[in-house]
Amino acid sequence: MTLTVDTLTEWINNFTTKIATNQQLLSDLDTPIGDGDHGFNMNRGMQAVSQKLTAKPASVTAALKTIAMTLISTVGGASGPLYGTAFLEMAKKSSSTNDLGELLDAALAGIEKRGGAQPGDKTMVDVWTVLVPAVKAGKLTKEKITAAVSATKEMVAKKGRASYLGERSKGHIDPGSQSSGYLFEAMIETKGLL
Amino acid sequence: MKKIINDPANVVPEMVAGMVRSYPQFINKISDAEAVVRADQKSMTGKVGLVSGGGSGHEPTHAGFVGKGMLSAAVCGQVFTSPTPDQIYAAIKSVDQGQGVFLIIKNYSGDIMNFDMAKDLAEMDNIKVRSIVVDDDIAVENSTFTQGRRGVAGTIFMHKILGVAAQQGASLDEIAALAEKVLPNIKTIAVALSAATNPETGKPGFVLKDDEIEFGVGIHSEPGYRREKIRPAKDLVEELVNKLDSELHLNSSKKYAVLVNGMGATPLMEQYIFSNDLLNKLNQFKIKPAFMKIGNYMTSLDMAGISLTMFELADESWLDALKYPVETIAW
Repeated sequence: MTLTVDTLTEWINNFTTKIATNQQLLSDLDTPIGDGDHGFNMNRGMQAVSQKLTAKPASVTAALKTIAMTLISTVGGASGPLYGTAFLEMAKKSSSTNDLGELLDAALAGIEKRGGAQPGDKTMVDVWTVLVPAVKAGKLTKEKITAAVSATKEMVAKKGRASYLGERSKGHIDPGSQSSGYLFEAMIETKGLL
Repeated sequence: MKKIINDPANVVPEMVAGMVRSYPQFINKISDAEAVVRADQKSMTGKVGLVSGGGSGHEPTHAGFVGKGMLSAAVCGQVFTSPTPDQIYAAIKSVDQGQGVFLIIKNYSGDIMNFDMAKDLAEMDNIKVRSIVVDDDIAVENSTFTQGRRGVAGTIFMHKILGVAAQQGASLDEIAALAEKVLPNIKTIAVALSAATNPETGKPGFVLKDDEIEFGVGIHSEPGYRREKIRPAKDLVEELVNKLDSELHLNSSKKYAVLVNGMGATPLMEQYIFSNDLLNKLNQFKIKPAFMKIGNYMTSLDMAGISLTMFELADESWLDALKYPVETIAW
């Protein structure tokens, strides 16, 4: 579970592919409860990240910092700072460890701090809170990811723009949770990462 | 939609270029960012940098208040959209003189997240950053973009007071303490006759009938607290002052600064009529404002309407700070 420049690059490129394939679906999820641009914003950001990673980064720390800075400068909205913070916290942590579990712990703490969301608020935190421990226990599966993402459907949003809909936010999967689901699926598909 | 623009996607860079090229005596553009920095860099030497910013569409806020005695830099996001952390960070870096940088943020979720993130980036580079979140709008507790109250026209007074403190060499801690002290004394409430039309969407944020007004709208066309038929100016004054009174408990033994702010498409004639009625109304409280400003300071593109800000001058030095001469485009 040690992150290297190669496994990190492959993981992120897998994520980029998933986002590109599903950008319309993500934006459609964002339309009833947000402002309808999550997929397009994430795709713009990840295309830029993959472009940056074509030149092999000098270290895991440098690569994580590049990913973070690219996301925060290209995604915009709330997703840019949230995903950007996740990778920036991983970059900071990677100066002392390259263990994926520990890096993901730092990323989750960063997301919680930046957005101020708790588990149950119908945000990407709901997915990360369930899946980071699964990664650390060596038990991350596609089924677990699907279950974590689907669980946000019946929640009432307490954070982000969806929170203004109150009860009406029920019945919709949270778009940020879905894109985070793809990030964890991309881990499973990366040889030698987990 | 009828606007004097070229391509809706380029409104912000073209506007910023227009501002810096028209007013080189006050501001320069920061390279690689849609942000401006004080032209008179010498006046910032060895002092705390003061950075404000947010979405564009509120002109002359924020860039119009950059200059000697006021802001050191301002960041211009897309229309009604927070600037990204890298842009804010570029502004922070451009004004850091080793004494730290203070950020003035308006209470919108996007702004808070992006400015916080910029703060983290700056701290990774060992730049000390502190900030204040302005939430002067008393109309609603939560809005389409905020948790809690919105930050609106009262932010102008925050720019002015902190700008003078920074100019006079106050430390980062002193500026942070001053900001906290000033904040609860600034309250704002607005009334709109029509919504703003964002050039990128081409549609107004909401539609009011010809004879309708809405109390408590925000600066991005967020909904207010009540719609009703248009009434004479003095009735609007009555409503807005009573709302402010319930927050500030207006009292003739205290001093107040007042800002009557046009939302972008309100003729100055109407703003002066409103001000005239306002002074009559305040007279009933035996209050004569110690400081007044009337005009377009925190707009919402082409929204028609007015916001009223009252600032209780709890400290005598704040009045001096409001009167302190500055060199900016818009103050």
